[in-house]
Amino acid sequence: MTEIHALSGAYAVDALDGDERARFEEHLAGCADCRSEVDSLREAAALLAETSAATPPAGLRDTVLTGITTVRPLPPEPAAAPVAAPVVSLRPRRRRRTVAWLAAAAAVVAIGGGAVVWQQVDEEQPSRIEQLQAAGDVQRYTLPVGDGSATVYRSEDLNEAAIVTKGVPPAPEGKEYVLWLQHGTMMTPAGVLPTGSDNKVFFSGDAATADAAAVSIEDAGTDPTTPSADVVAVFAFS
Amino acid sequence: MEPVRPPRTDAPSEAAAASGSPDLVELLRSCGRGDEAAFARLYDATSSRVFGLAVRVVRDPAQAEEVAQEAFLEIWRTSGRFDPAKGSPLGWLLTIAHRKAVDRVRSAEAATRRDTTYHHQNQPVEHDSTAEAATASLEARRVRDALARLTQAQREALELAYFGGYTHTEVAAMLELPVGTAKTRIRDGLIRLRDTMGVGA
Repeated sequence: MTEIHALSGAYAVDALDGDERARFEEHLAGCADCRSEVDSLREAAALLAETSAATPPAGLRDTVLTGITTVRPLPPEPAAAPVAAPVVSLRPRRRRRTVAWLAAAAAVVAIGGGAVVWQQVDEEQPSRIEQLQAAGDVQRYTLPVGDGSATVYRSEDLNEAAIVTKGVPPAPEGKEYVLWLQHGTMMTPAGVLPTGSDNKVFFSGDAATADAAAVSIEDAGTDPTTPSADVVAVFAFS
Repeated sequence: MEPVRPPRTDAPSEAAAASGSPDLVELLRSCGRGDEAAFARLYDATSSRVFGLAVRVVRDPAQAEEVAQEAFLEIWRTSGRFDPAKGSPLGWLLTIAHRKAVDRVRSAEAATRRDTTYHHQNQPVEHDSTAEAATASLEARRVRDALARLTQAQREALELAYFGGYTHTEVAAMLELPVGTAKTRIRDGLIRLRDTMGVGA
């Protein structure tokens, strides 16, 4: 790695002084590797801001919204002249889905708009979970868990939420997956996933008013009242 | 604290309806066309992060408010130039906010204040009062967990640079490191954070 490449991290967190910044930006213009690295390190740096969220003063909103009325947005940049370096490729969205950007919304990509495929298979009386999946207002959220996935269904009308897991790896020895519902700042335990990679489990508690559901790994049988740091998935509800 | 999910909006876009939350990419695109209502929704979905970051870096709430205001104006002005291929909307707008905050603390008027703040910068994140608003946030929890996987040396250098607004040369001096060591620690720390959280390339 050349000397100038090593500045990518400091550049991504604005830790270069004016001269260095200018030199690095000059280098950046011709170095696709550095551009790509800086982009990814800025994503990482921005995560740090998650730990310092604070409610802004109420007046700020008005000031900002009034302020923009006098400012004209810039047009998109003119199409860049062809550059020898390849265009930085779009990073895979799947990986990003594992990230805690839920509040950012952009990271959470729902699959298939909530279409329920297998409800038609059985002509008999639909089960409770089938009723939930078929509810008119059902919301569906899918996230990867290990090599498998977990899908949460929630219906405000039915006041029910359930999680369907597929291929989820077993919890570590002595641990179990615990379900949570979040209301405002309160996390309420909402059940435990049975052992086995494929499960269908209802959340206990008030699903209609919950802001989010989560799954964490906890010591087995301890009935924790707040989740440990080992949160494996967070499903932000709309 | 701000809830995990962003506030409900009256007229969610189609993408938002599918994803269950406002689509920041779509909102930014609308902002670029001068849609002030879209900007209001963008503000509501992101202001606690932007303001919280500003407070964390500049410390003084009144100055932080100005920084957040400048950042949002810049976000509005350049919204049409956001490129989703390069990263997430939140990453993009927090990059703008961070740059504004750093410019503020490096300006001459702030110079006298900084000598007294180093001690606080060194406190663990958990004890910072501004971070308390976020303690219940699962995202914050996951980020802290990921930060705990950095070496102490990496974390120290990264936090001084990002939250302290110091240059890598200043960080090296503060930590009594040879010049050139701090920038490596910052980069290594970011790479580990990126890979632990699964963002970026």
